[in-house]
Amino acid sequence: MLIKIPQVNSLNENDVTDEVIYQQRRTFFKKLGFVGAAGLLAQSQKSQAGIFDFFNKEVVKPFQVKPLNYKKAHHNTEVLTPEAKVTSHNNFYEFGAKKHQPAQLAQNFKVEPWALTISGEVKKPITLDYDDLFSCFDIEERIYRLRCVEAWSMVIPWLGFPLASLLKKAQPTAKAKYVVFETLYDPKQMPGQSNRRLGGGITYPYVEGLRLDEAMNPLTLLSVGLYGKTLPPQNGAPIRLVVPWKYGFKSIKSLVSIKLVEKQPANTWHVLMPKEYGFYANVNPKVDHPRWSQASERRITSGGLFTQNRIKTLPFNGYAEQVAHLYKNMDLRAYF
Amino acid sequence: MLWRNNQQKILLLKVVIHTAALLPIINLYYQAISVQLFADPVKTVIHFTGIGAFNLLLITLLVSPLAKYFKLGYLLRVRRLLGLYSFFYALLHLFNFIAFDLQFDFTLMFNEIIKRPYITVGMVAFSLLTLLAITSLNFLKRKLGRTWQKLHNSIYLIVILVAIHFYWSVKSELIEPSVYIGLTLLLLIVRRYKVMSLLSSKKPN
Repeated sequence: MLIKIPQVNSLNENDVTDEVIYQQRRTFFKKLGFVGAAGLLAQSQKSQAGIFDFFNKEVVKPFQVKPLNYKKAHHNTEVLTPEAKVTSHNNFYEFGAKKHQPAQLAQNFKVEPWALTISGEVKKPITLDYDDLFSCFDIEERIYRLRCVEAWSMVIPWLGFPLASLLKKAQPTAKAKYVVFETLYDPKQMPGQSNRRLGGGITYPYVEGLRLDEAMNPLTLLSVGLYGKTLPPQNGAPIRLVVPWKYGFKSIKSLVSIKLVEKQPANTWHVLMPKEYGFYANVNPKVDHPRWSQASERRITSGGLFTQNRIKTLPFNGYAEQVAHLYKNMDLRAYF
Repeated sequence: MLWRNNQQKILLLKVVIHTAALLPIINLYYQAISVQLFADPVKTVIHFTGIGAFNLLLITLLVSPLAKYFKLGYLLRVRRLLGLYSFFYALLHLFNFIAFDLQFDFTLMFNEIIKRPYITVGMVAFSLLTLLAITSLNFLKRKLGRTWQKLHNSIYLIVILVAIHFYWSVKSELIEPSVYIGLTLLLLIVRRYKVMSLLSSKKPN
């Protein structure tokens, strides 16, 4: 099968922009704190006081990301979402249910040591430690569209390796039909797991799942970095899943367990609201979320209020050519 | 004492209200338009103005219980201003949704209003609030006479609809909207006799 992955010819121009944005990051974090305070003044105080008080007093020392060696992507026709936005607009409820909270609350997250286990229906169970994540496989750049179920999207240059490479190494048995993924459960480090208000009322640890053939698809990526560096914690450090043809909630972050199983697992959002979130969660403009349309999306690129684009959402987020065959003869309205 | 007479107190209150209502809005749009302060400024401006409108609506409803309890009759003189600012925030909330989120895709807007219960409820509340804002003009108030009070009692319906709109709009973070439902109920319980009599409005006053 021929896989077309949209990539960049030369990243020089982007690199320059990145550095500028990078230089602005310190002030950026400070400003985030300022907005919090300003927002607080205009609201009735109650609910947010705790978090913002904490961050106005303490200066957030950004998590240290390290540069990675990787094979650059070849060509890319899409405008990338700036690094500063990719790393400050996150759905990672373990660090707060509001989009700006993970960037603030995750900076002290410890990723070393780390252990990712591959277990269940495999002939050779594997445990990867922190260094293994970056050394066991060749790291390549993949520029993917990320479509959130909330109808916004980004274009992100991920670094990582195909999940298939890891699974092949573990050798799934004949019984393996599904793959279950689990995020770290550590309420001491992840305030959303110990505080219901921060955690947005979902159950922890966060669990996601894929069918084995979805997991083995060459597009399915285990990401260890973005924009040339290791992942910041708000984006799911040190290792996360990226499934570009599915809604963002499938792309589970800060992975500690990958387990091969016989039966379809229950994924977190589906368990919470079965009518609103399915197991498959393939990006599909024809199947609306009960509370909003999925026919179009807002692409988050650079700039402020007036530079937002509403664009049409494509079936399978534009990756139909690579993945539509996985769902032949399936009613995608029933299996949303 | 400097602010001894009520006229002066009202003036001071009005200055405070104008400042407290307008400054955050100016700050919000300045930041949303100029710098990359928010990764997604669209959602930020929608949520900020939405919650602002709700806050102002609750404050508006707090005026008469406060005036009664503390015997501060002059407070009633700033109630209209607060109500109008609530409408102003709600107007911006809707404008932000149409202009920046839907980007003037009116077909989509029409579909969303019909299909999404939380938007339907929000639009009903906004339509009623618009009616109240328009009829807050003095000459219309005089013209409407008794009907005016009846019309403006719909503020209780509006606040309930707004609370539902907020509760239905969130994904799973139910704590904040639940607190708002609690505050709404509290403000209705404080005036339970009036609300009850409105519910059985067939009876003579």
